[in-house]
Amino acid sequence: MKRIILAVGLGILALGPARAEEDDAVREARWQDLRHAIFGDRKIEDGAGVIALDAPPRALDAATVPVTITLPGPDRIKSVYLTIDANPSPLAGTFHFGPAADTHELRTRVRVDAYTLMHAVAETEDGRLFAAERFIKASGGCSAPGSKDPALALQRLGQMKLKRVGEASADTLQLLISHPNYNGMQMDQVTRNYTPARFVQDIKVTRGDALVFDLESDISLSEDPAITFGLAGKTAVPLTVEVHDSAAAAFKQDFDVPGQGS
Amino acid sequence: MRRAVALAAALRFCLGAGSACAADAAPVTEVAPGIFVREGVDEDVTAANGDAIANIGFIVGAAAVAVIDPGGSLEDGESLRAAVLAHTDLPIRYVVMTHGHPDHVFGGIAFESDHPVFIGHVRLPAMLSDRGTFYRHRLAAALGRERVGDFVMPTILIEDRAELDLGGRILELQAHGVAHTDGDLTVLDRKTQVLWAGDLLFVRRVPSLDGSLTGWLTELAGMKALPATQAVPGHGPPLVPWPDAAADEERYLTTLGSEIRELLAKAGDIETAVATIGQGEHDKWRLFDDYNGRNVTVAFKQLEWE
Repeated sequence: MKRIILAVGLGILALGPARAEEDDAVREARWQDLRHAIFGDRKIEDGAGVIALDAPPRALDAATVPVTITLPGPDRIKSVYLTIDANPSPLAGTFHFGPAADTHELRTRVRVDAYTLMHAVAETEDGRLFAAERFIKASGGCSAPGSKDPALALQRLGQMKLKRVGEASADTLQLLISHPNYNGMQMDQVTRNYTPARFVQDIKVTRGDALVFDLESDISLSEDPAITFGLAGKTAVPLTVEVHDSAAAAFKQDFDVPGQGS
Repeated sequence: MRRAVALAAALRFCLGAGSACAADAAPVTEVAPGIFVREGVDEDVTAANGDAIANIGFIVGAAAVAVIDPGGSLEDGESLRAAVLAHTDLPIRYVVMTHGHPDHVFGGIAFESDHPVFIGHVRLPAMLSDRGTFYRHRLAAALGRERVGDFVMPTILIEDRAELDLGGRILELQAHGVAHTDGDLTVLDRKTQVLWAGDLLFVRRVPSLDGSLTGWLTELAGMKALPATQAVPGHGPPLVPWPDAAADEERYLTTLGSEIRELLAKAGDIETAVATIGQGEHDKWRLFDDYNGRNVTVAFKQLEWE
């Protein structure tokens, strides 16, 4: 299902690369195409009060753009979709939340390939969709500078860290996964082939039998993906993180929740 | 004789009726006997500066010339080549590429007709493969396609150390671990004790981190122990005292490291890091606001794995 959506997304972008000087109408048309590809004809409501999207207006490093999604409303959120509209693969990630999640805030880091609109869409338990929009100036996050240290990236492949972040009172955790998330867009000048893509496709965090979140991800996540998320309730049950990448590699690790349990 | 040739270059010598004039010779300074440096401007690439923003130049021996960093574009390389021709009739036998950033190596194409040996770090080909096309597009967007040639791959790779003999003059090449980039090479001229540091040394212009913060500090410590008394930085004045001139860069990088580690210990995030880290260095560097946030991002991503 997801692959089909992405294929449609790529079809849209085959119309031409995004440019800094393209106008609002072009960007809006791209979003309309994209939202239909992802959500069909479902109504998407203004996200004010339900979902907000924050990112720097101009990226310092287009390969590592921090993004914060806040969901302040009382409604129980089932899923969050993050799009970077002008990226080669615009659906950067889909978070599906389970009963062990506190869904009030999510953070991650993404690649941004061109000046683009970004969207975060919340899906409530009762199936309503709410969107927040943001414009960001960045370029080259996908097609340029891969790893700063390719040897280290391979040596550390699949290693994970879980740490507590933010205020000590909140159960906000950050998961770091060491993975180059190669996007397959760098051309080898000798062979004229592209470096094979190898990226994280799925990150699933569970607490016992209860799901925290399951993230379907793609090449738009930064190298060494980082996810900041909230945990519902206090318990000493450890978390399990399972990661699958496009080379069919799987990485699994158990963590005691920092600051709780042992 | 030398003066006559230099004069001809200054007058834009033409090759004959109907042919294009050769490029203007780059203004070079002879910073030590036989070592010529063209000082780059402390700017990012623009159409006006033609990407002549790095310190580039050449070293002349008794038998041959080694170009050290061929420049930031086809045009920049052509003007450096004209400067070489204005100063010596000896063959350009080597073009040393200190690392893979475009402002240092995209002039390589201008030297192809001299058939030199292009020399780089053992990991330079991988970096240019990954990024070369992207760099070319970015340069072409700034300068126009006709001013940017293709990039040249190194033909001899240095894994550790090597010596170049220019005739009565030995250059010691050293390949470094991941530091400014993954592929930094330095050149030590034994005769004058001048260290051509490339972008392992920034003076005046804020360093840009595209490799490893801790690795850079390690390599810098090793370089300070070399038998060199002066250095040619990749950006800054054409010649500086060594190792004294490394102090500012070392302080900047050390400050980033200690402030980021302190923030990580307090569970701070990358957004906070970008907004706060290194700000005490603000007035000490040119282009600080253009690079500090990105340096912090790169360093943070490295140090959060410690």
